[in-house]
Amino acid sequence: MTTLAPVLSAHWDAPDAYTLAGYERTGGYRALRAALERDPADIVSLVKASGLRGRGGAGFPAGMKWGFIPADSAKPSYLVVNADESEPGTCKDIPLMMATPHTLVEGIVIAAYAIKAKRAFIYVRGEVLHVIRRLRAAVAEAYQAGYLGADILGSGYDLDVVVHAGGGAYICGEETALLDSLEGRRGQPRLRPPFPAVAGLYASPTVINNVETIASVPAIVLGGSDWFRSLGSEKSPGFTMYSLSGHVANPGQYEAPLGITLRELLDLSGGMRAGHELKFWTPGGSSTPILTAEHLDVPLDYEGMAGVGSMLGTKALQVFDETTSVVRTTLRWVEFYKHESCGKCTPCREGNWWLLQILRRLEAGQGRSEDIDLLLDLCDNIAGRSFCALADGTSACVTSAITHFRSEFEDGTHTPAWELFPYERSAIVPVAPTATTAAEAVAS
Amino acid sequence: MSQSGTSRDEQARAEMRELMARYPDPRSALLPMLHLVQAYDGYVTSEGIEACAEELGLTTAEVAAVATFYTMYKRHPMGEYHVGVCTNTLCAVMGGDAIWQRVSTHLGVGHDEVTPDGRVSLERVECNAACDYAPVVMVNWEFVDNQSPDTAVALVDALRAGEDVRSTRGAHICTFREAERVIAGFADDRAGEGPAAGEPSLRGLRLAREHGWQAPPFPAGSPGAGPSQPQTTTAPTKETP
Repeated sequence: MTTLAPVLSAHWDAPDAYTLAGYERTGGYRALRAALERDPADIVSLVKASGLRGRGGAGFPAGMKWGFIPADSAKPSYLVVNADESEPGTCKDIPLMMATPHTLVEGIVIAAYAIKAKRAFIYVRGEVLHVIRRLRAAVAEAYQAGYLGADILGSGYDLDVVVHAGGGAYICGEETALLDSLEGRRGQPRLRPPFPAVAGLYASPTVINNVETIASVPAIVLGGSDWFRSLGSEKSPGFTMYSLSGHVANPGQYEAPLGITLRELLDLSGGMRAGHELKFWTPGGSSTPILTAEHLDVPLDYEGMAGVGSMLGTKALQVFDETTSVVRTTLRWVEFYKHESCGKCTPCREGNWWLLQILRRLEAGQGRSEDIDLLLDLCDNIAGRSFCALADGTSACVTSAITHFRSEFEDGTHTPAWELFPYERSAIVPVAPTATTAAEAVAS
Repeated sequence: MSQSGTSRDEQARAEMRELMARYPDPRSALLPMLHLVQAYDGYVTSEGIEACAEELGLTTAEVAAVATFYTMYKRHPMGEYHVGVCTNTLCAVMGGDAIWQRVSTHLGVGHDEVTPDGRVSLERVECNAACDYAPVVMVNWEFVDNQSPDTAVALVDALRAGEDVRSTRGAHICTFREAERVIAGFADDRAGEGPAAGEPSLRGLRLAREHGWQAPPFPAGSPGAGPSQPQTTTAPTKETP
């Protein structure tokens, strides 16, 4: 049985974990000293050899991304950290930046050194005030200690880091929208190519990595690529944060080797909430197709999830029990995508609006007999027909729900979801049984 | 913020330039500058848009186009305490919908509305990345975790009464304008308040310690070999309530 293996979270319970003193006491910035003694190209090779894959959802090999930065560009190169954690269910980067922001700062210096960037940006979502405080404090401490700024630790290498807070837009988690936003524009995705490695921030070579990806780098420097590969599988090596939420007994962060299963995570964490059983779950946020109890033993790694038609995504395991209406959850996710569509591409902007109209009447038990086919047809015209993956996320959310729970959508042609699944039974806190709660909430 | 050139306006302009100087291209400072406008004016005023446009050499239409794209920028004054109830799927199902309805009814205000005394405004927020603390409420973008309809009503009553309210994982809750100033990029020296991590963030770690589960040690000869290992035993095991 696979068990937990805390690395990133190994010291989160030290009361002063977020300070420089606390971080250094547990070996902090030793990896940076070791990295600065090596050639930047060696660090890229090391990360390539480790097989570290992006932890923000797409799973692209980090070392390969770094290797795409042209060696002889006339323009400066940039490192941008995607700290815009907003995918529904995803809640791993926020606690990391709150507890050990220096892990991220150390990873940034090493990664920027590897790609020869002299400036790095942390694009953090604006709606997390205390995280922004902790990040800024960590960056300031790192400057004072000589880990940032000019001639870092006497190596001759210079790096400046800016903590940049966003304005509240899910789409800015998409890397090219993030770049437009960081340039002071509306956050709308760019057409690729050119890819950011060639023309990213200010049309210069840019690496964009998720917080957890960058924060994993110091440990790889300390332990080496073979050590990293001793965890996980060949194609999905290493450790990662799994975030359990929903109808489980003990929601929280569980760091384990890639490839642990949901059954193992539930077994070791205390299972579902008492007296209830698993109905469906997302492996990595709302944009990853939902799965059911029949997928409990599939490895939670990139290949395992792809093998059952889903995606590992951000390892945001949102778990729902038998009290939950799938029509209700699908509707609410689509409301989110409709709200967050940036409006650039017609299929996404219009398609999400129409999906919502249909899902609302299905929730209210007023669906029409052709509605399920209409939903699927709409999804077929949304997915793959827009610049970015937001549209694919919508489609995956709707089509997977229909695949696994078609009869619930059929019931939506005659019976309201809140009658089939009284909403107060899904709540984990005492709430009044008000059958109209959801309908009113949706209408507002 | 106005164009009248008072000392307060001069200070705001100077701070805008300070933000612009942090980037290779000054326009990158636009989002922080809009947060700064909210720190001064409580929302994105047309004077604030004009100030941003003037400093960056943009048209007011270009600045307004950006300001209206992002949900954090408000088009009218918010309450001193801006309360966001997460009604994205997971929080909604866990109790967020019921919280929203109770609080909204209790205060008599809906989404994007403010109580008549100007103390509290309400917003239905999307996922705020704290799903293991569901149902979640935000106050001036600080986490107030694990809420219920009853606790949320008590929370907004305390805010309206001017009581000192503390985030479950952050600092004493400051005003909306003070929060916007920090988000814009000016520190308030409160990073040390609150714990390093809340209890759900630590559940996996505590379990690993209890069972002796660890990542393998760094191999001999690697830069990490020696005292600093990924083992969970090197950090003090301090139980926090």
